Amino acid sequence: MDKQSEVVVFGTWASPYCTRVTLALKLKGIPYQYVEEDLTNKSELLIQYNPVHKKVPVLVHEGKPIAESLVILEYIDEFWNNCPKLLPEDPYERAKVRFWANFYDQKIAPATLSLIKCKGKERERAIADCEELMKVFEEGLERDYQGKSPFFEGENISYLGIVVGSGSCNYQAFNEAVAVTFDAEKHAAFVSWVEDLKAHPLMKEMLPPHDKLVAKIRHKFSLSPEPQA
Amino acid sequence: MVEEVKLFRTWSSPYALRIVWALKLKGIEYETIFEDISNKSPLLLRYNPVHKKVPVLLHRGKSISESLVILEYIEDTWKQAPLLPESPYEIARAHFWAKFSDSKLMPAIWHVFLTQGKQQEEAIPPAIEILKIIEEELKGKKYFGGQTIGLADIAFGWMANLLYVLEEITGLKLMNTQNFPSLSAWINNFSDVPAIKENWPPHEKLVTKFQAIREKYLAAGATK
Repeated sequence: MDKQSEVVVFGTWASPYCTRVTLALKLKGIPYQYVEEDLTNKSELLIQYNPVHKKVPVLVHEGKPIAESLVILEYIDEFWNNCPKLLPEDPYERAKVRFWANFYDQKIAPATLSLIKCKGKERERAIADCEELMKVFEEGLERDYQGKSPFFEGENISYLGIVVGSGSCNYQAFNEAVAVTFDAEKHAAFVSWVEDLKAHPLMKEMLPPHDKLVAKIRHKFSLSPEPQA
Repeated sequence: MVEEVKLFRTWSSPYALRIVWALKLKGIEYETIFEDISNKSPLLLRYNPVHKKVPVLLHRGKSISESLVILEYIEDTWKQAPLLPESPYEIARAHFWAKFSDSKLMPAIWHVFLTQGKQQEEAIPPAIEILKIIEEELKGKKYFGGQTIGLADIAFGWMANLLYVLEEITGLKLMNTQNFPSLSAWINNFSDVPAIKENWPPHEKLVTKFQAIREKYLAAGATK
């Protein structure tokens, strides 16, 4: 393979945004080189390739860098337009997946992050906010996908499966690290979609190992290993 | 079959303006439904139950919300006057910058606009840093996509009319033609495109509107 057509992914193993990219490449059967970044000591190459945000993931293809995970997913689908497709063909269906991907990134992910950083009464409120957003998310997805899993397209993992699953499939590690329990019964549909996704061989292969992730989350947010009082 | 296109919007929403510009650039006929945000119509709530906001596009009986998602829908559906380039890499760049407008520039500018005193003073340098990033990106280009107006330009379009409005209201000057020649040129280039020029909210009306928004925010902050 000539150097210029090489695909390189700069990422960190624990970041769901990076998992999105490697999942998409694997799904399409695109070979790539992976560079693990130390975010406390970012490489010169990373800063050169993503001078605006200085973040992972970055995809470099034919020597050209692309940053921002959702932008990268669309690039991958656009350039390697073979089956399986990541995004649907129909414009309205495309709008739906983009809408929910944005909802997840702009509402659910930040609320989850807030929860990690809160203590005491603020934490209770943060949990309630997460629950409320999850309700809107689940009900909306049920409505838009007529009760079927939005995370699969036939037997393949769908765009939303990649976008949401890369984070949500780690929910057990998250719950353990942050010492929080969400009432699974309140979100039975969502939980069943996530569990089905977790069982997919590709997901199993690409998700970070549970214990390692728990330790990483605790370390990153300075959380004690004991459950919160 | 007449394909009805309807747009739910307000006269001032910068997000809704993006859709007006895109539809006009592509020459798509549509009906406008003006919303009163203090008294949202049942139709709006039905078509955008998740966010309950404008803009909402209605096409073939289906509703699409979130301005950047709507822009992509328009681009996917109507192929004339393309808003995105051909190459996947250039498309990715357009997506990247459109996102940057909303995730970085808008919050930074809002933060300057909705604060005062020390808080505002501290908000100014980060906002200028972000404007510098955009200045750098626009060097040697007429528009974000090069020679023709595109999706990223439409995403940043709010800056072309609101920046001066906000500067007028706060008495602050965040950018000038000397330090931001490319950005200043872009504002002129963008504003001069006929489809944009003909769909520009009146300056004085914007000043009054955003003055009221600023006062409301500052008052709310003071009572905390």
